[in-house]
Amino acid sequence: MSYQLAVNGRIHRIDEDGQTPLLWVLRDTLHLTGTKYGCGIAQCGACTVHVDGQPMRSCSLPLEAVAGSQIVTIEAVAGPEADAVRAAWVKRDVPQCGFCQSGQIMSAVALLRVKREPRDDDIDHAMSGNICRCATYNRIRAAIHDAARTPSSGKTTA
Amino acid sequence: MSRWRGPGSTTPRRRRFRIGCLPLLGVIVAAVVLIAAIALRSRPLPQPERIAAAPQSSEVARLRSAASFASIGDPEARSLALFAEAGRVIMHSRCMNCHPRTDRPMQTDAMRPHIPLVSRGPDGGGDPTLRCSTCHHSANFEASGVPGNPKWKLAPIEMAWQGKSLGEICRQMLDPARSHMDRAALLHHMAEDELVGWAWHPGGSRTPAPGTQAEFGALIKAWLDSGARCPA
Repeated sequence: MSYQLAVNGRIHRIDEDGQTPLLWVLRDTLHLTGTKYGCGIAQCGACTVHVDGQPMRSCSLPLEAVAGSQIVTIEAVAGPEADAVRAAWVKRDVPQCGFCQSGQIMSAVALLRVKREPRDDDIDHAMSGNICRCATYNRIRAAIHDAARTPSSGKTTA
Repeated sequence: MSRWRGPGSTTPRRRRFRIGCLPLLGVIVAAVVLIAAIALRSRPLPQPERIAAAPQSSEVARLRSAASFASIGDPEARSLALFAEAGRVIMHSRCMNCHPRTDRPMQTDAMRPHIPLVSRGPDGGGDPTLRCSTCHHSANFEASGVPGNPKWKLAPIEMAWQGKSLGEICRQMLDPARSHMDRAALLHHMAEDELVGWAWHPGGSRTPAPGTQAEFGALIKAWLDSGARCPA
């Protein structure tokens, strides 16, 4: 069956089974390989994308459920929060192996859009579904605090 | 111990066995060819192991029909017996996991705390920064094994069941201050609510609640009609 999918501001026609996980459509059909396959069972968060502004695990999201939604991946996430997170990630040199980081960043951006000044436990709860096997959690938390302190990061984006 | 032989020694030298380069090279090439032949020989590819489908325990976990309790003449005893049978569903992990006594749901038949760490949030659908809908959608998703339902959320904390006896749960259900339901709404919740109905169609290898939602609803109706008695 054919579906229309809005990804990163572009409309794509996707001819796949409706039960295909969005992750496979992004990676194999649209070649947006920044979103990673980690566990495939929504336990690690490596495949996090934004669907209508909400962070979601694309490995656990059927194609037919997101036709008509606005999907944003790590390749196109933008706005003051994304800029602040990107700068903080570079400054703190957060990634180690880096595999989980696109999911971490997508969750961090979504967190800052909901909570302008998250406390440690806000960060721990919001990011608890994003696992890092290199255990960069302390740097992730510090970078989110840095990003929250960036003057422009608190402004709401579309 | 070897002896030193000076220039004037008359002891004949022992001839050393010498091998030329070409035979040595030949042996090495032969060994490489042999190893390659062994490594590259045609073999049948390994076949995927067939794993038998998990047994569906719904086929064995049945509920007694409400009609089968009609033979109990004493209304109080009949009401208690009906609720005890309904309690097999109420106390089942498919139901108890979403009636936690803390803000954290449980999961699996073993009723262990939900992984990842999630919290009920203001509406039972998760914290604003980590909603249930991050992973759970409107239907069970076979590809990832993640369960789903359009109404996926926790029961309010006033309806916490975990750690309580069946009698305590019974009295709580009948108390509108805690259940937020009158008896008609309670019957509807048990017999027709689609999220409650998920307990009989949980997907994956999860054990469904015993019987069917219709049988469970009939038990609850018969229990309410017989005076809604609660066990001690």
